[in-house]
Amino acid sequence: MAHHKTLGESLRAHGVSRRGFLKFCAATASMMALPPTMTPAIAAALEQARRPSVIWLSFQECTGCTESLTRSHSPTVEDLILDVISLDYHHTLQAASGEAAEHAREVAMRENFGNYLVVVDGSLPGPDSNPGYSTIAGISNYQMLMETLEGAAAVVAVGTCAAFGGLPQANPNPTGAVAVQTLAGDKPVINVPGCPPVPMVITGVLAQYLTFGKLPEMDQYNRPLAFFGQSIHDRCYRRPFYDKGLFAETFDDEGARAGWCLYRLGCKGPSTYNACATMRWNAGTSWPVEAGHPCLGCSEPKFWDAGGFYDALSVPPGDTGSTLLAAGVSGAIIGGAAAALAKRRQKADLAERQPVKIDELEQKL
Amino acid sequence: MSSLQDIPVHVAAEWGNALPVLHEIRHALERLAETGEARVIDLNAMPFGPGDEDRLLGLLGQGEIEARLDALGVTQIRETAVPGVWLVDHRNADGERLVLHVEIAEVPAILRTQAEDLRDAVAALDARLATGASPFPHRPDN
Amino acid sequence: MIDPMDFLLWTKGPMFDWAIAIFALGMLARLVEIFMLGRKPNYAEPRGGEWGPGFRTIFTRSVADAGTFQRAPFNVVIGTVWHVGFFIALLLFIPHIELIYSVLGIRWPGLPNPVVDAVTAITILAMIGALIHRLRNPVMKHISTFEDYLVWTVTFLPLITGYIAYHRMIDPYPLALGLHILAAEIFLIVLPFTKLTHMFTVFIARWYNGAIFGRKGVAS
Repeated sequence: MAHHKTLGESLRAHGVSRRGFLKFCAATASMMALPPTMTPAIAAALEQARRPSVIWLSFQECTGCTESLTRSHSPTVEDLILDVISLDYHHTLQAASGEAAEHAREVAMRENFGNYLVVVDGSLPGPDSNPGYSTIAGISNYQMLMETLEGAAAVVAVGTCAAFGGLPQANPNPTGAVAVQTLAGDKPVINVPGCPPVPMVITGVLAQYLTFGKLPEMDQYNRPLAFFGQSIHDRCYRRPFYDKGLFAETFDDEGARAGWCLYRLGCKGPSTYNACATMRWNAGTSWPVEAGHPCLGCSEPKFWDAGGFYDALSVPPGDTGSTLLAAGVSGAIIGGAAAALAKRRQKADLAERQPVKIDELEQKL
Repeated sequence: MSSLQDIPVHVAAEWGNALPVLHEIRHALERLAETGEARVIDLNAMPFGPGDEDRLLGLLGQGEIEARLDALGVTQIRETAVPGVWLVDHRNADGERLVLHVEIAEVPAILRTQAEDLRDAVAALDARLATGASPFPHRPDN
Repeated sequence: MIDPMDFLLWTKGPMFDWAIAIFALGMLARLVEIFMLGRKPNYAEPRGGEWGPGFRTIFTRSVADAGTFQRAPFNVVIGTVWHVGFFIALLLFIPHIELIYSVLGIRWPGLPNPVVDAVTAITILAMIGALIHRLRNPVMKHISTFEDYLVWTVTFLPLITGYIAYHRMIDPYPLALGLHILAAEIFLIVLPFTKLTHMFTVFIARWYNGAIFGRKGVAS
């Protein structure tokens, strides 16, 4: 459990040559979305880096994030687990189970107190909710998170559920689900949203923390700017079609076949910040927009409650047509009433009218 | 996976993202010629559309040199038909691409003997001299 | 600190419903009142039809006559430019068409984004020109009221915020888009209770004018 060797020493002990190490660093730079010129700096930092202990907690989640992580190809997840980080606790990936598993977590926490990294996927029932909605080994998610956070150096919220509440928190939020950052207090939080996040982004964020030993630059949602700094729309290869005003209007029209912009089919790319357009999925094969499907905006808060996936971004989520009709009818009634009132007053005035002739007036004076 | 690739995909448009990269390469090539400054472009970070990468590599063509590095998987290094423009294709042990670099340099950095290795080289050779009783006149086994 | 996504969802959701409700209620109330009040009965023998001249006048009065143009060429040109530009941006931008389709169920073809973008830029410049003119021309300045400046502002804001959102000049984008939607909502809310009502009443007034003259058998 002790991690005294630096990564450089550990790789050399595995017989990795200097060129191999540089290759590893080049891949790491690419994975961290850093320019290739950073490779020497990464090499110098990785040479000195020590493997941090990582405790991975899975709460109200679908394991999609872990599935995504295991599809990370650069470096392979084996590299990541064995060489780069020391994954001391992860329900799905660890061999141990039951008592032994919980024991591993407790030992990792004790031996690395103040230095270990906590990774969370899934949201959890908040402190005021029924703890029974989600438990592990009889411990409520809330209690386990708070215990584990105590000695953590930082916490990485992987996936939209952990970062923003995600699906469990979507209206009507039956379990009272909350995001990790609402409970983390003053512990630094790195949010890696996505449903699931791009595998390379998960490993990239972990590698970045390991390499430089500090928190990355982040946006106001605590998302690392290296991956979430640009919108899907800005990096989309279909952007020229948006700019030319060429849109697919159905999934099988000429525009869809010619690969035109998917805005009218509900693409949330303009308001979504993620790395899909450059990092892509399945070992760089493709990504949703390339496959002809609009971006759902899965790395943004409230993405489940933000209106229809297939409604254009400019379309309001509510039933505005009915509002318009009801308000219009009420307006017409009010206008009609006002006009009727005015007419009645006019009529009354007319009835009370006392015509006066100029001679009569002059006589009175 | 071959079955997926059998599906005919109709790519109607020129996505046009290969061209800006070519211009970037041209710019870097000019700098290399003038100042000797090398440059590396990470193609993984490019918002390429379908076929953009093939178009770029097709335009760059095939040059005279091809090298192969065996470290943590195979790396293919080759010069393109444009002298000074190299492709460095790093792959992992499973043959999956880790990163594809376009390197504009006289020699790609990874091909050079590394300074750290050079420091150890004399010692390594000394060790060979010491163990092999007499390296001459016939060559050592390996 | 406001959460940009919460802000965007608020402007797209409850705030949009409020704005639409106030707009529809206010506008319908005014229009129905205008129509029901009608005009005084005219007992004189009609010398011509009302409908034809009424509709003709809607169009003829939309073009400034030579005299008006000579007296105030700046007002006519700039005024026409930004009015036309405003409606192109409002009605022919694809995202706006999608919005109108979702609310009213009717749609029409739009213009390419760069065209709308250029028109918006021209419209913004023309509106700034109109404001400068209003401030520098002594007569215009004298007759301008608070309402005139208010109306200019609420008309200008959706244009400038839309331009900013389209060019993504404010980060993050949900904030930029939310500001644009909010500006449009303020426009909708203010519309029925200010001079902006002329968007609807101008054509009614022109029709009445034409109809009255038509009835009298004279050209308008």
